[in-house]
Amino acid sequence: MATQDFIRRMPEASYHLRRRSSLSQRLGIDVPLLLLLLTLTAYGLTVLISASDDSPSYIKRQVTFFVLAYGVMFAIAQVKLHSLMRWAPVMWGLGVALLVAVIFFGVGAKGAQRWLSVGGFRFQPSEIMKVILPITIAAYFAQRSLPPGIKHIFWSLVLVLVPTLLILKQPDLGTSLLIASSGLVVLFFAGIRWRLIFGALALLLASIWPMWHFVLLDYQKQRVLTLFSPESDKLGAGWNIIQSKTAIGSGGVHGKGWLQGTQSHLDFLPESHTDFIIAVLAEEFGLMGVLLLMAIYLLIFLRGMYIAMSAQDTFSRLLAGSITVTFFVYVFVNMGMVAGLLPVVGVPLPLVSHGGTSLLTLMMGFGLLMAVSTEPKRVTM
Amino acid sequence: MSDHLHLKDHSREARIFFHRAVVMGLLVVSLAGVLIYRYYNLQVVQHEDYVTESDRNRIHVKPIPPTRGLIFDRNGVLLADNRPSFTLSLIKERIKDLPETLAIISDLVDVSESDLEKFEKNLSQYRRPFEAVPLRYQLTEVEMAKLAANEYRLEGVEVEAQLVRYYPLGELFAHSVGYVGRINDREVASFDEEQKQRYSGTYSIGKIGLEKQYESRLLGEVGYQHVETNARGRVLKELEREDPQPGEDLHLFVDADVQKAAVDALAGYRGAVVAVDVRNGGVIAMASTPSFDPNLFVTGISFKDYAALRESKDIPLFDRTIQGQYPPGSTLKPMIGLGGLHTGIISSKYTINDIGYFQLPGEERRYRDHISWGHGKNVDLETAIIESCNTYYYDLANRMTIDRIHEFGSHFGLGYRTGIDIPNEKTGAWPSRQWKRERIGVSWYPGDSLNVGVGQGYVLATPLQLSVMVATMASRGTRFTPQLVDEQWDPLNEGDSLAQTDPVSQLNVSDTHWDYVQLAMEKVIHSPKGTARRISKDIGYRMAGKTGTAQVISIAQDEKYDEENVAERQRDQALFVGYAPADEPQIAIAVVLENSGHGGEKSAPIARIVLDEYFASEARRNVKHISGTP
Repeated sequence: MATQDFIRRMPEASYHLRRRSSLSQRLGIDVPLLLLLLTLTAYGLTVLISASDDSPSYIKRQVTFFVLAYGVMFAIAQVKLHSLMRWAPVMWGLGVALLVAVIFFGVGAKGAQRWLSVGGFRFQPSEIMKVILPITIAAYFAQRSLPPGIKHIFWSLVLVLVPTLLILKQPDLGTSLLIASSGLVVLFFAGIRWRLIFGALALLLASIWPMWHFVLLDYQKQRVLTLFSPESDKLGAGWNIIQSKTAIGSGGVHGKGWLQGTQSHLDFLPESHTDFIIAVLAEEFGLMGVLLLMAIYLLIFLRGMYIAMSAQDTFSRLLAGSITVTFFVYVFVNMGMVAGLLPVVGVPLPLVSHGGTSLLTLMMGFGLLMAVSTEPKRVTM
Repeated sequence: MSDHLHLKDHSREARIFFHRAVVMGLLVVSLAGVLIYRYYNLQVVQHEDYVTESDRNRIHVKPIPPTRGLIFDRNGVLLADNRPSFTLSLIKERIKDLPETLAIISDLVDVSESDLEKFEKNLSQYRRPFEAVPLRYQLTEVEMAKLAANEYRLEGVEVEAQLVRYYPLGELFAHSVGYVGRINDREVASFDEEQKQRYSGTYSIGKIGLEKQYESRLLGEVGYQHVETNARGRVLKELEREDPQPGEDLHLFVDADVQKAAVDALAGYRGAVVAVDVRNGGVIAMASTPSFDPNLFVTGISFKDYAALRESKDIPLFDRTIQGQYPPGSTLKPMIGLGGLHTGIISSKYTINDIGYFQLPGEERRYRDHISWGHGKNVDLETAIIESCNTYYYDLANRMTIDRIHEFGSHFGLGYRTGIDIPNEKTGAWPSRQWKRERIGVSWYPGDSLNVGVGQGYVLATPLQLSVMVATMASRGTRFTPQLVDEQWDPLNEGDSLAQTDPVSQLNVSDTHWDYVQLAMEKVIHSPKGTARRISKDIGYRMAGKTGTAQVISIAQDEKYDEENVAERQRDQALFVGYAPADEPQIAIAVVLENSGHGGEKSAPIARIVLDEYFASEARRNVKHISGTP
């Protein structure tokens, strides 16, 4: 419903926007991005109502998270990008320090130590790092001439790998993948040479065997194995994948209808309101619902890339590019893992999965995007 | 960081970014394409498979047990009923801590030691996964309310309405109707696939008697309920239902009033009464005492109760009517006498001089009569039957030889299973030369024939066989297979018309001989010298019969049987066979009392009581029939 209103209002809205662009610019709001995010939020809440079995407490909490996250987004949008760039090294240092603190003082659940508890307030330093790292790498390259030379590539990789490895150790494969990609994407946009990229890819392929044997933990290996043959362990590790594929597949083209999904409502689908919520959407709204969601995500991606390309300087450009691509990585990894394409790693579906922390970091990213989008134009060229 | 000032080419950096953004855009679009293709593949291409998978997840097929067929007597009296019973059952797979759950339940409802013991026993037996194991039957309303109030802490505990077999007349029909009990491991192992299906919702199966014999007809056909369940197996709603087909009702020839009269008359004795319809073989009464309460077995008997039944010296579980094999004694005499006439070995004019014993030519041994001084001169067949003269029969058996006796007696069903429609019938023994060679490994001696002539020696018969024999005497040679179930029962006439069944054999003996022997049997009751004369007092019909007193132990040559000095278990068996009315026989009866003395004294009065009740019951039926009251 919200989507239709959105589509109908769109041309008129953009007309108004153009006329009053100065106001939205002064408020630090990128209106098309905001509308897309609001649409996604509405869609996500609709799915969550079903996925949480109509439990008001979940919805209330998620709405609170959204209000908070939008607030944070607007606040971040006011940030002066220049000062952000200056503080980047300090932020990185602080972030890494917190990650190290997690190793010593962290608290955890389900065998992973990811949280820091300060005065009863629990937070995940790895989530903060998701915002800090693209800023750091973008700042690093913004102060150097591009395309980068080997030396800068090396140091930037160090900047990426230190937090990545710290997070991998927690262990949190999903977040470390997202962090690494957010940094590497900056490298890619900075213009790192193609042969280096392909060389790195070749090296990555070659490293699969040693990675498998020496780096990945048993439960991580299990997830990969489960991906290739979920039927081998129907009631154990394969259960999630079998049930989510069943939910998606049984949804068909048009879906079983809102609140009508049997897989989720009869509790066959685990984690139905968090990481596996796309299965609920696919079951109840069918392929049509999936396509609609994908369309919204792609529009957000395109808007993000547009903001990046129209940015005033290299820092903003690299930062916006990284945030936008990382957002899509979320989407791809989550939708891929639930559909049995990728191993199960803890990556939520952006703005749809229930949960405050990842929502907050995502919205901080969008805040930065808005800051880039609305920064005062300088006449260069 | 480096303070070295780099010369930045902003437009070049923007250009690089633009190019890279285009590449990234293409990459993202193609990755999105991969995802969409994946979802398309799952949701469109493999849609049907996953719908099936999803339905298999949530839809479960629960069997609905059919209602077991009821069993009625000839007047519509219910002998085997189904009672709704609220049963408290536990599903072990859903209970985390069984001892704790049991403790909670014990606080709420009354759970006896024997309930717990039966529960443990059933739990250790074969079960389907998630099958509820009953703990308590017949919950009261108060107990059900308490359970409902505590449902939250009783995960895996279910109160289920079930139909449970109930035998309203208890002990009366324990052996003939039998009982059902919980299906045990051995029975499950013997099931084929089809039976496994049929029993998928049923907990009990016929164990003995009619319940076992007619199991497949009584059972009915299982129904199915398609239910939606959640991942934890809780049923949420019913989607589809195939109703079960109730089992077939059985209508018996048995008359519960006559049965009750028989059981009451047998009270205090170990013994059996079998009464059959002379005209079609329908079993009117069939009692074995002591008996037991079949209801004990229905929900699983406790070890203690079962041990008490099994270890009793009076063996109540033993069905004396079809499994008790007794020497028939003098009850065979009318039949053998008829055989003598029929084969021409003797005529009705033939007499002997009874001096109290019989000796085979050239042998020392004396075969004694029960009157040591004998029955005197001119003992003919009629006297021999009325007064039960052994000496006459020693002579007759010696003249007939075992071959003729065996051949003739076989027509009366001796030595064969009667074919009654309940299982575990014994054959008895009707010896012949061949039989002795095979069984004993010794050839036949003339003395063996003498013993057979008085229903002793190797001869053994079940009370049922004796009733069939006497019914065949009554019907002048037409022998029927005794049947409990009246297959021709018709709801329109409420079973008032007499079922027509085909006889298994028809013996052709001249009417003169029949007249002679049947009159002699009548005189056993109605003449002043008859061994059963005492029961003719105030009798409202003519009856024919024969008493029998069979030895359990053999008495040495010159010793006299002394009831006082013989241990109770070694006293004579008291027998009686008879039929009535004498001129147009309807009912034939055999009574056997273990270790009770003389047939005329003990067994014949019981027969009289049973026959009286039969005629009284028939009169009531006729009144009802004529007046037309339903």
